[in-house]
Amino acid sequence: MGRFVVHRLAGMVAVLFAVSVLAFLVFNVIPSSDPAQRMAGRNSTPQLVASITEEWGFDEPLPQQYLTMMGNILSGDVVSYANRENVDERIVEGIPATFSLCLGAAFLWLLFGVLFGYLSAVRAGGALDRALTVLAVTGISIPVFWLAAILLNYLSYQTGLFPSGGYVGLTEEPLEWAYHLILPWITLAVLQVGFYSRVLRSNMLDAMGEDYVRTARAKGLGERRVMTHHVLRNSLIPLVTLFGLDVGVLLAGAILIEGTFGLDGVGQYAFESLKGLDLPPIMAIVLFGAFFVVLCNTLADIAYAFLDPRVKLGGSAQ
Amino acid sequence: MAEGSHSTAAGAGPWSAALRRLRRNRLALASLALFVLIVAFSLAAPLWAVHVAHTGPNTTHTLAKVEVDGEKRDVVDPTGRPIGPLWLGAGGRFFLGADGSLGRDEMVRLMYGGRVSLFIGLIAALITTAAGTVLGLLAGYFRGWPDTLISRALDVIWAFPVLLLAIALGLVLAVGGLRIGPITIPSGSIWIPIMVISFVSVAYTARPVRGEVLSLREKEFVEAAVAQGVGPARVMFAELLPNLWSTIIVFFTINVANSLLLESALSFLGVGVQPPDASWGTMIATGATLIRTAPLLTIVPGAMILLTVLSLNLLGDALRDALDPKAKLRLEAHAGLAEPEGTPV
Repeated sequence: MGRFVVHRLAGMVAVLFAVSVLAFLVFNVIPSSDPAQRMAGRNSTPQLVASITEEWGFDEPLPQQYLTMMGNILSGDVVSYANRENVDERIVEGIPATFSLCLGAAFLWLLFGVLFGYLSAVRAGGALDRALTVLAVTGISIPVFWLAAILLNYLSYQTGLFPSGGYVGLTEEPLEWAYHLILPWITLAVLQVGFYSRVLRSNMLDAMGEDYVRTARAKGLGERRVMTHHVLRNSLIPLVTLFGLDVGVLLAGAILIEGTFGLDGVGQYAFESLKGLDLPPIMAIVLFGAFFVVLCNTLADIAYAFLDPRVKLGGSAQ
Repeated sequence: MAEGSHSTAAGAGPWSAALRRLRRNRLALASLALFVLIVAFSLAAPLWAVHVAHTGPNTTHTLAKVEVDGEKRDVVDPTGRPIGPLWLGAGGRFFLGADGSLGRDEMVRLMYGGRVSLFIGLIAALITTAAGTVLGLLAGYFRGWPDTLISRALDVIWAFPVLLLAIALGLVLAVGGLRIGPITIPSGSIWIPIMVISFVSVAYTARPVRGEVLSLREKEFVEAAVAQGVGPARVMFAELLPNLWSTIIVFFTINVANSLLLESALSFLGVGVQPPDASWGTMIATGATLIRTAPLLTIVPGAMILLTVLSLNLLGDALRDALDPKAKLRLEAHAGLAEPEGTPV
C-alpha cells in the first residue's frame, strides 16, 4: 500500500510539471503574444517596449523565464503583468466563493445522482426508468452558461424569488450564503446528476446478475435489503473514481457561470486574466486547478484501492 | 480470419442484427429524425435568407423600418431596443425579431449559425475520433515505449482543466492566428476552434480505444495474423480496426455532441467563433445581455444546442445498445423481457 501511494504521488508531480510547461509554452511560443508589447499598449514607442522587456526579464531564455515564474508562484511573489496585483492573494480571496460553489454543487449532484440512479435501476425498463433516462441525457446536453442565464432571468430578474448574484461569506451569514448560492448550485449540479444516475444504474444492473446477489436472495433477505446492502453498496465504488475525474468539470463550470452569477471567485479571475492575456495569473490558476484535478484523481485511485481489495496495488499487494 | 468472426448466425451478420435492433428502438429513430431535421434547417439557411427574409446573416438594419400589417416600425428603436419576433407578420422578415442594436435578422443568423456550429462539431469530432483511434491503436498494439509516450502525453491533457486549456489556446490563436510550416490559419477562422476542440478532446477517445486494443491484441485472430507474417500496420488496420468500428461509431456520435457543447462555451466566452460570424454560442452571448427584455434571443439558440446535443447523445446511447447486444440482453433479462437464465452473458 505504501509503495502504491508513493508511486501515485510521484506520478502526480510529474504530470503537474508537464502541465505547467504546456501552459507556459502556449503563451510564449505562439506568435504575437509578446507580453512587453501588450503591456506597453498599441501606440507604444520601441523604447518603452524595450524597457518593459528589460524590467520583466522577457529577453531571458525561456527556461530561465519559466523557472523564475514558477519560483514566484510557489513563493507567493508572483504579480500580474496587467496591474501588478499580487496573483496569489487574488486567488486566495476568490477561493471561498469558488469552493462554496463547487462543493455545494458536488453535494447536490451526488445526492440526486445516487437517488435517481437507484430508482431507475430498481425499476429498470419501466416508465420511471425511461423518464429518468431522458432527463439524465437532457442534463448532460444543456449548455451550462445558457442554463445559468435562463434560471437567473426567470427565478431572479422576473420573479425575484432568488437574489440576482453576489457572494455572502459563510461565516458572516450562513443562511444568506446558501440563499445566494442555490441557483449556481442547481445550475452546476443539473449537468452531472443525470450522468451519475446513469452510471450508477448500469453498475447496479450489472451487479444484479452477480452470484452474491443470488445468494442474498436465496438466504431469504428482503428485496429492499438486497438492493441497498448488496447491490447499491458495491455499485457506489466506481462513482468514487468518476468523481475524482469530474473535479475538472466543476472548475470549468466555475469559469462559465461565476461571471453570470456575480461570484467573484477564481473562475471569474481566470476568465478576466485570459481576456487580458495576463500570463502570471493564468499560470497560477492553471497550476492550482491542475493540482486539484490531479490530487482528486489520485485520492480517488487510493480510495478505490481501499474500497475494492481486488485492485492490484502496483505489485505490493501480496 | 477476420471474415470468420463475421458470420456468427446464419444469414445475419452483426451489422444487420444491430441495424434491426436500432430500427426497433423508437427513441433512437426519433433522435435521428430530430438531428436530420436540425441539419436540414441549417442547410436551408440561404433559401430562407434569399426568398423569405431578404437579408443576410451579417447585414445590419440599424436604421431600417419594416412594414408589419401595413404599419411601419423601427427594426431598432431610438433607445437601441431590437424589434421582437414578428413571426409571419412581415412575410417572414424578422421572424424571430432582430438580434440587438445592430438589427440583424435573428432567424437568418440562427440558421447560418447552425451551419457554423454543426460544421465545427462534425469536423472536430471527425478529427478527434480519427486521431484518438490511431493513437489508441499505436499505444495498445506496440505497448512498451510508444504506449508510455502516448499515454503520458494524454495524461497531461487529461489533467489539464479541459476548458481552461481550450480557452487559453482559443484566445492565443484568436489573437495571433496559427502558423505550422506551410499551413497558415488566420485569426478569426473557424478552423481555430476546430483545432482547439480536437486537440483537447483527443484523450477521451484515445484512452478507451487503447484499453480495448490491449485486450483485443491478446485474441487468437491477432496471434494467427502475426504467425502468418502479417506486418504491424496490417494487423492494426485490417485486423484490429474492424473490431473497433462499433466503439468508434459510438464515440464519434458522442464526440460530435461534446464538440458542439465546447464550441458553444468557447464562443460564449468570446474565444471561439469570432464576430460578426454567427454560431449558436455567440448568439447566446449576444442575447444574454438583453435577456430581461428579449429572452427569446437567448432561449432559442440555446434550445437549438440542447436539441442537437440531446438527439446525438440519445442516438449514441441507442447505437451502443444496438452494437453491444450484451448490454441490451442484461437489461431485458432484468426487466423480464427475455429469459433470465438464458445463455451466459
